[in-house]
Amino acid sequence: MFRLFKYMGRSEWLQAGVSLVFVVVQVWLDLKLPDYMSKITTLVETPGSEMIDVWKAGGQMLLCALGSLVATVLVALFSSRIAASFSQTLRSLQFKKVDSFSMEEINRFSTASLITRSTNDVTQIQLLIVMGLQIIIKAPITAVWAIVKIAGKGLDWTIATGVAAAILLVMFAVLLALVVPKFRRVQTLTDNLSRVALENLTGLRVVRAYNAEGYQEGKFDDANDDLTNTQLFTSRGMAIIFPTISLVMNGLNLAIYWIGAALINSAGLADRLTLFSNMVVFSSYAMQVIMAFMMVVMMFILLPRAQVSAQRINEVLDTEPTIIDGTAQSGKPGLEGTVRFDHVSFKYPDAADYVLDDVSFTAKKGETVAFIGSTGSGKSSLINLVPRFYDASKGSVSIDGIDVKDYSHDALTKKIGYVPQKAVMFQGSVASNVAFGQDAPQRSETQIENAVSIAQAEEFVSKMPDTYDAPIAQSGQNVSGGQKQRLSIARAVYRKPEIYIFDDSFSALDYKTDKVLRKALKEQTQGVTSLIVAQRIGTIMDADQIIVIDDGKVVGKGTHRELLASNDVYRQIALSQLSAEELEKTGK
Amino acid sequence: MTGSGERANDFGSAISKLVKYMKRWMPAIVVSMVIAAIGTVLQIVGPDMLKDMTNEISHGLPALVKGQPILGSIDMSAVVNIAWLLVFLYAGSFLLNMVQSQIMAVVTQRISQKMRSDISSKINRLPLRYYDSNSNGDVLSRVTNDVDAVSQTLNQSLGTLISAVTMFIGSLVMMFYNNWIMTLAAIASVIVGFGLMLLITSRSQKYFVAQQKDLGAINGHVDEVYSGHNVVKAYNASAQASRIFEGINEDLYSSAWKSQFLSGLMMPLMTFVGNLGYVVVCVVGAALAMNGTISFGVIVAFMMYIRLFTQPLSQFAQVFNNLQRTAAASERVFTFLAEPELGDESGKARQLSDVRGAVEFEHVNFSYVPGKPVIKDFSASVKAGQKVAIVGPTGAGKTTIVNLLMRFYDLNGGRILLDGIPTDSVPRSNVHEQFGMVLQDAWIFDGTIRENLAYSKKNVTDEQIEAACKAVGLDYFIRTLPQGYDTVLDDRTTLSEGQKQLLTIARAMIQDAPLLILDEATSSVDTRTEQLVQKAMDDLTVGRTSFVIAHRLSTIRDADLILVMKDGDIIESGTHEDLLTRNGFYADLYNSQFQTPA
Repeated sequence: MFRLFKYMGRSEWLQAGVSLVFVVVQVWLDLKLPDYMSKITTLVETPGSEMIDVWKAGGQMLLCALGSLVATVLVALFSSRIAASFSQTLRSLQFKKVDSFSMEEINRFSTASLITRSTNDVTQIQLLIVMGLQIIIKAPITAVWAIVKIAGKGLDWTIATGVAAAILLVMFAVLLALVVPKFRRVQTLTDNLSRVALENLTGLRVVRAYNAEGYQEGKFDDANDDLTNTQLFTSRGMAIIFPTISLVMNGLNLAIYWIGAALINSAGLADRLTLFSNMVVFSSYAMQVIMAFMMVVMMFILLPRAQVSAQRINEVLDTEPTIIDGTAQSGKPGLEGTVRFDHVSFKYPDAADYVLDDVSFTAKKGETVAFIGSTGSGKSSLINLVPRFYDASKGSVSIDGIDVKDYSHDALTKKIGYVPQKAVMFQGSVASNVAFGQDAPQRSETQIENAVSIAQAEEFVSKMPDTYDAPIAQSGQNVSGGQKQRLSIARAVYRKPEIYIFDDSFSALDYKTDKVLRKALKEQTQGVTSLIVAQRIGTIMDADQIIVIDDGKVVGKGTHRELLASNDVYRQIALSQLSAEELEKTGK
Repeated sequence: MTGSGERANDFGSAISKLVKYMKRWMPAIVVSMVIAAIGTVLQIVGPDMLKDMTNEISHGLPALVKGQPILGSIDMSAVVNIAWLLVFLYAGSFLLNMVQSQIMAVVTQRISQKMRSDISSKINRLPLRYYDSNSNGDVLSRVTNDVDAVSQTLNQSLGTLISAVTMFIGSLVMMFYNNWIMTLAAIASVIVGFGLMLLITSRSQKYFVAQQKDLGAINGHVDEVYSGHNVVKAYNASAQASRIFEGINEDLYSSAWKSQFLSGLMMPLMTFVGNLGYVVVCVVGAALAMNGTISFGVIVAFMMYIRLFTQPLSQFAQVFNNLQRTAAASERVFTFLAEPELGDESGKARQLSDVRGAVEFEHVNFSYVPGKPVIKDFSASVKAGQKVAIVGPTGAGKTTIVNLLMRFYDLNGGRILLDGIPTDSVPRSNVHEQFGMVLQDAWIFDGTIRENLAYSKKNVTDEQIEAACKAVGLDYFIRTLPQGYDTVLDDRTTLSEGQKQLLTIARAMIQDAPLLILDEATSSVDTRTEQLVQKAMDDLTVGRTSFVIAHRLSTIRDADLILVMKDGDIIESGTHEDLLTRNGFYADLYNSQFQTPA
């Protein structure tokens, strides 16, 4: 938790310091109020007092209240500014950190978790800081100060206050021990309930086809009962709090007066008035102490949650990216467009087995190299090594004769047009997505149009209102899967790379579009090396070189015709998609 | 942090629906409200008695009577009597409050239990059409978030509302009863404070809205950039993404501190209003006491009444906000519960039985969106035991036929007949009984393998289950699992996609229905399992009328009828040979899969 504060800037510390001063001022003034109250009490009860003195004391008391208000407002101002700017810093630091991560770190945390850490967890910290400066710091100061003030005024009263505090403490302790663990259980049971409901929703057709509505509802009702019973326990537990607090407060007040009556009755004449005014003052201080005490308890309930958040944020900020940039700006002359795998093995960190085992091949300028194999065979992992989403565990991957690890990030990515399996769109326009990474003034309109037309996206882009300036919603929610995929291909074409990487990018397209698109790519971007991962035989059979991967090993290399004749794995894959007779046709 | 929350479109109607919904618990709610009111009254009487006690005590103080200081003494027995009375009063108030809050806790939990249960069964009574335009996440959020919001806010607001109103009126009455001048002074001081609060609330609203908007924007941007990390890196777009991020982040900073600050002002303002009231009561009280108009005990009582009087004011604001949230959340729940359901079919006495499997499409017309027909005047006749294949590019609407056969959607015109009986003349569940179904996404639920296989079918014997698993080649694998057929399938068990698919095929076998729908599900399965799945499916179709949605054309060449779909419409139909000779869309589609781009 406290480690996180090292990210707090100087101006934030300064503001925190100033607001601490104001907290002290505020507590001082708050505790001064009863002093004037006591003065007024004395005045009222003292025979022969002047009304003007009461006015004076009242005026001073009001000044105190106003002063306390001003101090509180200033504390609120500072604390909200500190909290907001500190969370701005935390968000920004995390965003930058995540940007420097390789896919390895991203996957270790999972995208969803990183998003929560950058947003919700920061909000938790923000909440804690606001509460912290306004309440958590104030409460103990108030409690201690008030106790010091009242301690001398009567032991019996102090004991009564102590008993009241103890009762509240016991109540909170019991709740903390019994109810809080159930809160965690409520979370689990809520997740369980959502899961059952989601199961029903995703399997809607199956549920109905099998007339299993009753079955699913029975399951839901069980989950619902579990949840309700646990929630009943927690909310009945929490329902004890307010009546008890109110009882303790009232009881304490009564006790102070009761004790006071006895004390005054047995005291000498001279002490009676002092005792009486002490009694009135004490009752209001005692309330302050109890309130402060409850705030401290609240802090203990709030703190663990913020602590978890702080820890999660620290985990992100403490993670060092495993992939470090090189310095090379260009490859060896004469070797442009060459991708070479030299005895490459790869395993995911902490995994026992290699995903890729001793893979070697060379793709020359302008060649199309395709990778095929069953799900989980390692073909996507292989292709991810080229743009350095991961680094090879053994062996080397080189582009244009230089190891990818030696390039600067800019130089490396400029050579590559990467199209992922799942098309990714960003909020903006068609143009901003195709010319991704470039700001509007740098974009070339003709180049965008050309890329869109090669990617077979012109047909739907031209129908969109504002065509190339048509808005793309967050995550591309306003375009279909196939359209996203085509725009994502246009994005790769736009940057005129030396090498295309298609990670199973064609399977969202129907056979026909797939065919036309690849034909256009071949004709209009000649001399660009293509690495294609595919599932469909039809997509890859015209490749210059097909590499068959099975269990991370290369089990075949050659053209479609060669492999069909000689390679069992390849034949098996092909036969599962086309009949023998049809394959016969393709072999011609 | 969420500010004042969202609002219902129609507050009144949402609340009145909620009241109607809570009918069953109304007696309990009314009782708890009455109890809350009584409990609060006891709390209000307290200060008045404390006043009497103070007065008794102050008798013991030196006083001037006709210019002569005289010494009084405290009537201790009177003090003790009042004190004991107060003890009973506070204890009674505590008990009543306790009973009231327990009742409300139970009632609100039962209400949310019923809401969740109603939503769950509603899910299964809504036509599939509803889910075309509503996401699962949306429905799910009603089951969890909205119901939670209703129960939480209801629990907090109902009890508080009653005691706040009682407290407000009660303390006002008691104050007037004690002294009207001081009461007016107290009210005046509270009005000043309340005016200030209103001013701030109206100002802060716009910053809360801005903060919500900026939070949404930053979440969206972070989501997008983190999910597309590989693309951002590969396209060198970090600088661009970061610039956008910092822009939103700066906006968020500004709206966050402003809304935070303004909402942080409420507490100190309330305290100030309290203090102001305190001072006013003291000064005015002192003046009156010195005049001899009031006793000192009145001041003590007022010091407490002023607290009881200001407390409900801040509670009103809270309760109002809470009720807004209750209304908004319950409105969403009730909107969902009020969605039109599938037609009632209890009147349909006719039943399909011993179906052979002949299917007739007679001039079928259908549209998902009114005015945009997708299936126009389609007629076809399928004999019992035949295989019908549905082909077409992705997004061509191949599942439409399935949706119509299963009566997931109702026809706009024409009829579909099973063995000569129109499917809409019998209950839906009776139609469903005639079909086995295997879908592209193998749907396996949390439960044992046995439960997954028998599913809702009653009286399935172990032999039947094992026979089906043997037929799909899973029996051996299942026996190697630690609990065999009783192994629970959840996110921890790792079944491959192929094994899941085989399980759903086995499920369809156990169902043993005369007709079959197969959404060929081999795209996510590795090549070897794919052949297994294919074979299991082929076995399953023997002797059954089957409708196969084909992704790979090679598997359906022997179909008795091929329906070719494009853009939602059936554009060609016939056998493989027919369609090839026609040289239309099918022929084009068929040939493109093994043509090299020339």
